[in-house]
Amino acid sequence: MTPTQSGGSGGVIYAEQDMSFRARLSRSLERSSPNVLLLPAIVLVLFLSIFPLIVSLLLSFSRFQFVAGGYSIRYIGFANYIKLFSGSEQRKFLGAFDAPSIIALVMGAAALTIIAIMLVQYVRSNRFSPVGLVMRLVAIAFTLALVWLCMITLSGDGLPGTLVVTLIFVFVGVSAQYLIGLGLALLVTQNIPGKRFFRVTFLLPMMITPVGIGFLFRMMMDTINGPISPIWKLLGLADFSWVDTAFGARTAVIIADTWQWTPFMFIILLAALESVPREIVEAALVDGANKWKNFRHIILPQIMPVSFTLIMIRTIEAFKIVDMPQILTRGGPGTATESMTLYAYNQWRALDLGMSAAIAYLLLIVVTFVAMVYVRILRKRVVVD
Amino acid sequence: MLKRLTTSQSPFRPSPLRLFFSYIVLGFWSIVVLFPLYWLLVTAFKSPIDVSSGPKYIPWVDFTPSLYAWNEIVVSTGVTFVTRPYSNTLIVGLVSSLLALIIGTCAAYALTRFEYRPKPAVIGMFILCIIGGLIVMAAGVPPIIAIGSAVILFIVLANTIGKRFKGTMNNGDITFWLISQRMLPTVAVIIPIYVLYQQLSLLDTRTALIITYTTVSLPLVIWFMRDYIANIPLELEESAFIDGASRYLVLWRIILPLAVPGLIATFLIVLVFNWNEYVLALFLTRAESQTMPLLIAAQNATRGPQWWNISLLVLMMIAPLIFLAILLERYIAKGLLVGAVKG
Repeated sequence: MTPTQSGGSGGVIYAEQDMSFRARLSRSLERSSPNVLLLPAIVLVLFLSIFPLIVSLLLSFSRFQFVAGGYSIRYIGFANYIKLFSGSEQRKFLGAFDAPSIIALVMGAAALTIIAIMLVQYVRSNRFSPVGLVMRLVAIAFTLALVWLCMITLSGDGLPGTLVVTLIFVFVGVSAQYLIGLGLALLVTQNIPGKRFFRVTFLLPMMITPVGIGFLFRMMMDTINGPISPIWKLLGLADFSWVDTAFGARTAVIIADTWQWTPFMFIILLAALESVPREIVEAALVDGANKWKNFRHIILPQIMPVSFTLIMIRTIEAFKIVDMPQILTRGGPGTATESMTLYAYNQWRALDLGMSAAIAYLLLIVVTFVAMVYVRILRKRVVVD
Repeated sequence: MLKRLTTSQSPFRPSPLRLFFSYIVLGFWSIVVLFPLYWLLVTAFKSPIDVSSGPKYIPWVDFTPSLYAWNEIVVSTGVTFVTRPYSNTLIVGLVSSLLALIIGTCAAYALTRFEYRPKPAVIGMFILCIIGGLIVMAAGVPPIIAIGSAVILFIVLANTIGKRFKGTMNNGDITFWLISQRMLPTVAVIIPIYVLYQQLSLLDTRTALIITYTTVSLPLVIWFMRDYIANIPLELEESAFIDGASRYLVLWRIILPLAVPGLIATFLIVLVFNWNEYVLALFLTRAESQTMPLLIAAQNATRGPQWWNISLLVLMMIAPLIFLAILLERYIAKGLLVGAVKG
């Protein structure tokens, strides 16, 4: 790294001779200040993120075992990955397949149509470039593969694997959090009395450890001794248990996750809404725009950049979901709520470290893919245009 | 009459009807948020019979509050059962958040005030040297020799071949690289970190947790603080440099005081993450440095979940953060927004 100073620092020029040790020390410290200030962060990240990341990659191609007094590593090529995609772990990772149902086919067709429209728009736009097209085609192939996987595992006798379960958690959870957060923020930005109370109250769930929330929602969803059990009894659902069905268990995890993370969306969207210049809104209202038009054309474009960053942060974090399902449902029933992180952890517990690393790497690939598509393609369309 | 209800006096004052519906929705969500917390509070002071015999809502009416849970986890199992994980969480959370704040703010300052030109070729060489070192290590060469020779090889290569390459990256690339570390799933890096700490005999120590938490918090700190510092005008620093102040003095005396709101918000957010962290602690600790989330998760024990104990533990754990959140709510929104606007 060869830093060049800017920003009018330059430092003070001392005379070379007659310098005490102290002066020389302080001068060399001053000169190396760009490195002194930045390097601690770089070194930490290198040693605890990049270095382990490379080791993990190697590990995912090997069988790792703890033996007496240490460990042994044996290179086995792609065996771990093959096992996940077509071997004994396929059922757990990808799931069990069935012919897609009508609903799944309709949804798939809808997704295909949207993608096709976006591609046509891109080819016609002035942003078009051959490299961009190739990148997009790769992205589309990957997306369609994921959509197809969701279609065949979620219909009929299909059984979603940990990959699809994680995707469900992320997309349903983050959408719910964003929409609820935005709705609440819009309500609170009106000039209503008691604003501060709502702001503080709505913030609270974010402070609570996910483990605690897992237990808390197990209590809340208890249909026998839980606080809302009278309502369940009234509805004739006293024998119903959330965690017995795959659908119920997943809903429970998503509700708990939404409860915790809606505040994050709410608090930032609220700050963003409050920083929308009042003159613009006022002018629009004077011009006779109704509430919806005002929101759609004035407010929404203003909070779009923040919204995109927010959704991005939450999506990235949501892919790592592990403590909530572990406490709430222990990944069950079966593997209905087992996220990829939980899956990797269970493999680690089973001392299959190579497999654990392979799962982690696949998760990393999916997260990176989603983030890249999001930043490079979607964000440009909506925020820049 | 109806018209007066549905129209508002000014564009910024909602009409009475609108206000009414707003309060219904906001009130509903307040209940959604507060009721579970209330339930947590009352369950912590219930005796087992009151928990398992149907829902009991109001203390002194439905049930008599008891200190059963308190006696069970604090008095009868010995004080260290709770105090050790609690002090671990406290020390690890505070120290790592503080360290991340210091290191991250310095880095954020450096990234906004200096220009760096790292060469991709050199970075590529660095990664190749690491892989080479690892392969050699896997082949049975002692770690110290492998690491040592890899470092020497890298320095030699970087200073000879590396200088010939022209392509450079800029601050934006470094910043993006640092921030994108947040994308890394913990499980993707935890196994090597585990082995590393095992080799250094740091497993199950607070030091290990502090180092790791500091690192995973850095991206957040750099991200938030970079925009804060970028907004501080350069002129303030320049006049100090003319007076002969050093870089460090300027950072300490001029930048930090101006960035206090951002620092508070960032610290609080990072503290929340580190306080509640679960996965890393799960892998890296056993008994000695166990943190509160692990203690709570471990209550899922053989005798079935003992809700009264769990509630009390959760309550003890979240109380400080809830208090801080109420106290510093204004800063949180502001601090987060600055980071989010620029992305």
